[in-house]
Amino acid sequence: MSVESLAVELLSAMTTAGSLFIIAAGLTLVFGAMRIANIAHGSFYMYGAFLVSTIVSSFGGGAFWVSLVAAPLIVATLGMVVEVTVLRRVYDKDHLTQLLATYAVFLILADLAIRFWGAQSRAVPTPAILSGSMRLGAASFPVYDLFVVGAAAAIGLGLWILLRFTLLGWRILAAVEDSEMLAAKGTNVRLLYTMVFGLGALLAGFGGAVVAPLQSIDTGLDANIIVAAFIVVVIGGLGSVAGAAVGAMIVGLFQALGILWTPSWAPAYIYLAMIVVLEIRPSGLFGTAEMA
Amino acid sequence: MLQVDAIHTFYGESHILQGVSLNVKEGEVVVLLGRNGAGKTTTMRSIMSLTPPRHGRIGFVSRDITRYAPYQIARLGLAFVPSGRRVFSSLNVEQNLRLAQRGNREGGSGRTIDYVFRLFPKLAELRTRRAAFLSGGEQQMLKLGSALLADPKLLLLDEPSEGLSPAVVAQLGEWVRKLRDEGISILLSEQNALFALRLADRGYILEKGRVQHEAPARELLDSNEVRTYLGVKFSQSA
Ligand SMILES: Nc1ncnc2c1ncn2[C@@H]1O[C@H](COP(=O)(O)OP(=O)(O)OP(=O)(O)O)[C@@H](O)[C@H]1O
Ligand SMILES: [Mg+2]
Repeated sequence: MSVESLAVELLSAMTTAGSLFIIAAGLTLVFGAMRIANIAHGSFYMYGAFLVSTIVSSFGGGAFWVSLVAAPLIVATLGMVVEVTVLRRVYDKDHLTQLLATYAVFLILADLAIRFWGAQSRAVPTPAILSGSMRLGAASFPVYDLFVVGAAAAIGLGLWILLRFTLLGWRILAAVEDSEMLAAKGTNVRLLYTMVFGLGALLAGFGGAVVAPLQSIDTGLDANIIVAAFIVVVIGGLGSVAGAAVGAMIVGLFQALGILWTPSWAPAYIYLAMIVVLEIRPSGLFGTAEMA
Repeated sequence: MLQVDAIHTFYGESHILQGVSLNVKEGEVVVLLGRNGAGKTTTMRSIMSLTPPRHGRIGFVSRDITRYAPYQIARLGLAFVPSGRRVFSSLNVEQNLRLAQRGNREGGSGRTIDYVFRLFPKLAELRTRRAAFLSGGEQQMLKLGSALLADPKLLLLDEPSEGLSPAVVAQLGEWVRKLRDEGISILLSEQNALFALRLADRGYILEKGRVQHEAPARELLDSNEVRTYLGVKFSQSA
């Protein structure tokens, strides 16, 4: 294989990794703070993509940029409604009840999606400035892929700044560790949970919005993405944003290499990646035993 | 200032506090004594509503706080300093402190992080160190420092001397006196009865979730009752 085609494959792996990271970061944040494995996270992703398609098809291709902001915000609002109406009731219940609750939300949102958007798949055109390819020597890189990687890097940087330098970020880290003490120090942890869940949904919605031009958008997206996102989070270590970044890269690479070498086995590669990592580090790359 | 009225607290089905009543007056240092498992920590958790009592009433600064959420109680000026290593270990010293700082209330003391660094110069040196890597004594300073930044009227100190060297325990005594002199009331629980009774104005002896005895600290220091209830611990440290 030539260096050029390897570079192109790498970019495509990083594009997959980028979109996976955006989604998995939200999932892992919510898990870290509330100890909830949110199956409906995949629904938020799908809604992000559908909302972009609706906005673009009603207002034209120029509305893509607006939709990139509006869709995640709408999804974040939806997420906060779900948190207040459903999740709050199950925080003190056992894991199975919590799982069933988020699965119920997943099913309801899936049904509503069919009602709103129909069962037919949709496509979002790539915005003009980001379409086409960039040539570098003999290799040509799709510009939109570079955009996705850039967006993921920006999200990663934003989360790093949030958790490192802001009071809200410290509160989130403190809640991950000891929510009871945080409450005893005067933080309204209920409200914080609503905000964290909203942030998680925002990230899922943004992930769906960003990749909308890359794939056909249909009502199966939610289930597909949630499996991959969970694998990324488990590889990286539950609750760790840095882990989600590394996990996403591993999954992206395994998937790309799998497609290259043995296409019919490609989907098996990400499970293989998970098995290998968990064999070496049972609580994930950046996880601590108590988190898992 | 604090009025606990016949509270009954449960963990699941086990009935732990069986009608505990106590009070702390403005400017007082009050100690809760009792053996392991007597219910000292549970009393504090009940006051903070971390384990809300099922029956009984808790009043603080002439409000009924029995049904308040922990964060609301904290904002009224009650600060809980738990025992052990409960600092936010993934945050550094300064982040722990800034997190604890409440917006300065009107009429509040206006304590700042600089105040905490003056009180505990060691913390200033360790400002960027992750709390996970502090020694027991340093963590105690951090816990006290963060509690002070919440601008408390009443501090609940749960076994502050636990795991500290004698030198640090002596220091701790000085800090507690200083805080009392600054007008903060204090309720502390202790296994180290001698240390606590020398600090306190008044003491309660808890046994199996009930108050067995209440008396001025000086009296408890001399009483046989204390020796009986606290047995070995007391004579060892005396
Ligand atoms: N989370 C819990 N669940 C069930 N029982 C508990 C729990 N925490 C404490 N207990 C029980 O409640 C009783 C009182 O415990 P508590 O921690 O209040 O005692 P303590 O006086 O603080 O003791 P120590 O001096 O050992 O700290 C004990 O019998 C203990 O086993
Ligand atoms: Mg205790």
